[in-house]
Formats: sequence, structure tokens, C-alpha cells
Amino acid sequence: MLKGLIGKKIGMTQIFDENGVAVPVTLIEAGPCYVTQVRTVESEGYSAVQLGFDEIKPKRITSGELGHLRKNNLPPLRFLREFRTSNPEVATGDKVTVGQVFANGIRVDVTGISKGKGFAGGVKRYHFHGGPKTHGQSDRERGPGSRSSTTTPGRVFKGSRGPGHMGDDRVTSQNLKVVLIDADRNLLGVLGAVPGPKGGLVLVNEARKQ
Amino acid sequence: MSDLLKAVEAPANPNIPELTPGDAVSVHVKIKEGTRERIQEFKGTVLFVRGSGNDASFTVRRLASNGIGVERTFLTRSPRVDKVVVERHSVVRRARLFFLRDRTGKSARLKQKF
Repeated sequence: MLKGLIGKKIGMTQIFDENGVAVPVTLIEAGPCYVTQVRTVESEGYSAVQLGFDEIKPKRITSGELGHLRKNNLPPLRFLREFRTSNPEVATGDKVTVGQVFANGIRVDVTGISKGKGFAGGVKRYHFHGGPKTHGQSDRERGPGSRSSTTTPGRVFKGSRGPGHMGDDRVTSQNLKVVLIDADRNLLGVLGAVPGPKGGLVLVNEARKQ
Repeated sequence: MSDLLKAVEAPANPNIPELTPGDAVSVHVKIKEGTRERIQEFKGTVLFVRGSGNDASFTVRRLASNGIGVERTFLTRSPRVDKVVVERHSVVRRARLFFLRDRTGKSARLKQKF
């Protein structure tokens, strides 16, 4: 069975669980998605389902994508993403909604593009401690300190941590518990935070490490 | 706020009236002891109310034995809060009554509002 959906992050709030405890929840508008193609071992060499999400005007997508969707009488869709599954149990042209794929209490992995932080220093990017604030120091509060040793090795090792571009990466939050499903509004609520800005694209998959 | 965020809000409890700072209230809280459920009362003065929707909360201060102040914050939409009874309203001129923390006895009284 297909165990994934494309969605849009709505934002965070808190809801009350069955014991009356307020728990932090991220809301995701998950689906409805259309099955735009079913990839099989015979024709493509692997088994997967291509899903489409977010209907838009026809002129917003390339004519190649438009033709691909028209072939199966599907509306123009903004996002097409693939979900690996050995046993899809869906056919091209099907509509997939939250209620069909997920249930309360199961664990999911949510993938998104994290918020870009620009060129960030070592303190923010890798939690370096920075320098001392006192004892005669004047301008080293958030400095990276020494990067390496002396004559041996005489260079900085590749991959050393330091300042650089941070964020805007593909990040997966694993094993988030599903605590809310609203089939009417296509809403999915997961416990805890999810990468990316509000309105950002997220991929929800069944958890890999249960 | 997005409509979808509002859609998951818990319904407001009809047994909780609108609270204002300075109200003398009695909060009835459901408490689970093993399998039994009972109701505990917490009586005091509302120090402040904040937030909206599922985030809304109010803080109640009361003087326990030996004049030790106890403050408890309740989530207004929590299903654990059974009901709130307002015993009297008071004349106050600010939204947050932090000054009550430094006062005891006669000076901690508030004038009743009719």
C-alpha cells in the first residue's frame, strides 16, 4: 500500500490529547494528491508511485508536464514527487487523501526544505562556544578560535566545521507521531516541529525506523 | 491566523465566563487518581489573562498557609478545567496585577466593583 503524501506546512499550534495535556502540533495540509504515474519494475526498473499536488493554472507549468497530466485527464499540478513502494495498490488517475493513507497514532517521517539562514558563523551553525567575554578580550565573542594545528599537518583538514552557508537543505524529521487527522479539511497533525517555512512543501512518508 | 489553524481549536468551555484581572474566582479542576476522577477547587485572585484560542491561559494567586503565595496557571480551553466560578469583580487599573505579589494582609485587598 502507498504510504506517502505531498503536503503544505500550515504552522504550529497546541492541541489537547485524550488526557487533557496540551501537546505541540504541526499542521500539514496533506493532499488531496493525484496518482500521475505508477512506475513498475517491468517498464522503469523499480517500483514507485508518482503523486501530484496543488492545482494551478495551466500556463504556470511547462507544456511537457501539462501533456503528461493531460494524458490521464488530470488537472495541472504544481508539484510532482515520487514515493517508493513495492506494492502500490493504486492506479494512474486515482485521488489519494489523508484518511486513506494515514491513521491516528502511526509514526511518519516528514521531509522539507529548511529555512535558509544565509552565511552563518560557527556559533550559530555548529554551536561553537565562541571566545571569552572578559579577561581582556575585546572582539572575540563569537569567533571560531583556532582551526587547526601548527607545522604538522600545516593545513586545515577538509570537512572541518566553520562558518558558511546554513539552512535551505533537505531535512527529514523522523518518527513523528500522527495525533490529528481531519479528512474533510485534508489536515494532518504531527507531534513536534517540521522543517521549512509556513506554506513550504513537505513530503510525508511512513517512518523508516519504527 | 490561518483558518486551518483555527479549525483544530478546542471548543470553548461554556462554564468559564469571561475573566478579568482582579476577579476572585474558584477554579474547579478535574484530577485523576488512578482510575477515579475527582474535582479540586483552587480559590484565589486572577492576576492576568493572556493568549487566544488553544493558547489562552489565566493565572490565579492565592495565599496558602503561613502566608506563602501560590500561583497557578490554567489553560482556558483545557478539558481538565471543569468550571470557573467568579465570586466577585474588583476595581483594578492595570492588566497584570504583579503588585499583589509584594503585598499581604490589608494592603493586598482590592475594592469590589458593583
